[in-house]
Amino acid sequence: MTHPLRGAAAITGLGMTPMGRIYGKSATELAADAVRLAIADSGLAKSDIDGLLINAGITGFTGGGISLNMQNYLGLENLRLLNHMNAAGSTAAQMVQYATMAIAAGMATHVVCVFADAPLREGSSSGAAYGGAARNPERPRGMAGLYPAVGYFGANTPYALAARRHMSLYGTTQDQLGAIAVAQRKWAMKSPLAQMREPMTIEDYRASRWIIEPLHLLDCCLVSNGAVAVIVSPADRAKDMPQPPVYIHGMGQGHPGDSNRAGSDWETETGAKLAAKTAYGMAGIGPGDVTVAELYDCYTYTVLVTLEDYGFCAKGEGGPFVADGKLGPGGALPVNTGGGELSGYYMWGMTPLSEAVIQGRGAGGERQVPNNDIVLCTGNGGSLSYHACLILSPHASAN
Amino acid sequence: MTQEQSVSRPIPLPDEASKPFWDGAAEGRFMLMRCSECGTLRMPSRMHCDNCLSSDSTWVQASGRAKVRTFGVMHQRYHPGFAPYLPYNVTIVELEEGPRTPTNLVGVDNADIRVGMPVVVDWERHEDVTVPRFRPA
Repeated sequence: MTHPLRGAAAITGLGMTPMGRIYGKSATELAADAVRLAIADSGLAKSDIDGLLINAGITGFTGGGISLNMQNYLGLENLRLLNHMNAAGSTAAQMVQYATMAIAAGMATHVVCVFADAPLREGSSSGAAYGGAARNPERPRGMAGLYPAVGYFGANTPYALAARRHMSLYGTTQDQLGAIAVAQRKWAMKSPLAQMREPMTIEDYRASRWIIEPLHLLDCCLVSNGAVAVIVSPADRAKDMPQPPVYIHGMGQGHPGDSNRAGSDWETETGAKLAAKTAYGMAGIGPGDVTVAELYDCYTYTVLVTLEDYGFCAKGEGGPFVADGKLGPGGALPVNTGGGELSGYYMWGMTPLSEAVIQGRGAGGERQVPNNDIVLCTGNGGSLSYHACLILSPHASAN
Repeated sequence: MTQEQSVSRPIPLPDEASKPFWDGAAEGRFMLMRCSECGTLRMPSRMHCDNCLSSDSTWVQASGRAKVRTFGVMHQRYHPGFAPYLPYNVTIVELEEGPRTPTNLVGVDNADIRVGMPVVVDWERHEDVTVPRFRPA
């Protein structure tokens, strides 16, 4: 018997605002723009929307982020489903998961999932937007104070630590990480949505400044202002809606737990393994069936370890796997076909999800992959702490 | 002297829950918490054991010996107090007893740090608190 969620729902609407150094609108205003675009894209009326899930981004922590008040700003009444969700970069995929569960259970019909963020200020750096010093007092209290005391700052630090351990255990090289950045830039050059469209070579990668070894600047994601919304609808409604439906065939989550506990291998074995098992099982597929992958790429290393944990290659072989350029245009496994978060735009889990919808619809233009039968979309957050995925397809599920 | 040069690295301020750790540090002893019910050791400070959720615990002295789990070399200046130290290592060490802690290695060039390297605690004394850093054993 097939899983009851397999093929139960589809993504029927997508709305994206301009993204990047976009100023003059608050996160709430950007979110409203994205929701308006998504509703228009889906052919629905605003009154058809009966579910709203929101994810605030970094401004949910630093101030100015979207809140439950989004419902009122959007003028949505009598919602049957509403929540403000946060599992960091895994949230976008999770919102679609919970929307699907609600739809399959008859608890909602058309659910809007929206992410918005506006951390960038005109004239200030991306680093300032994501904060370091401002949130670290001179006398941080208690044991948590050990982190700032040793200069452990930002998300860059744990991802550098994870990458270093992989390099040490498996011989993964700097240029293998660089191959991921270079392949994604090639995709970005084909995308009108991408922020970084200048050519990039491995020499450019090597010459980019260190952030924290082994991560160069070009190993790290962008920071963007903007918003993305998707609409999830019942599969039997989706087939009569204007956009090609992108059906949800599988989903999974994996959250490995405290990285400081004895025995944790958080650096090299992530929650993606558990999520993959659940999602492949639900969809009735394996890694060999995936034709295009949109993988959360806060750092190049995240892509490498995610490829391993989804079984595209054996543990430890991610470096050689990516080194031959197979992730880029014309390669055997197209990955992050919009440039991802490294070269495209940084909308947390909405970066891979939006590109997965575009590819699933066959709407990728110059960057459209030749075979979009099975699209894997992943989200990751924290310090490789939270993971969620979707397996999407333009084809209705067989069951 | 500019204002920036006068800024030091952040130095932890002991709170009530972590006080036994810092009291031990002042005496050169690296203290861990041990669950009174299941015996699981943990880095301070949390009320509940992450294995059995008991809130009964005692403080025990660790050996101060550890191995490098992983490390990075920071070039980005996040905090003005670190400006004179750039680039500096950020290292996770796994204590002989199992728990892990973030630290900096001292007495070794960043280029010579290796995963698995044996290290030992090296106490850095400040006016009202002692901070654990580690050096090659």
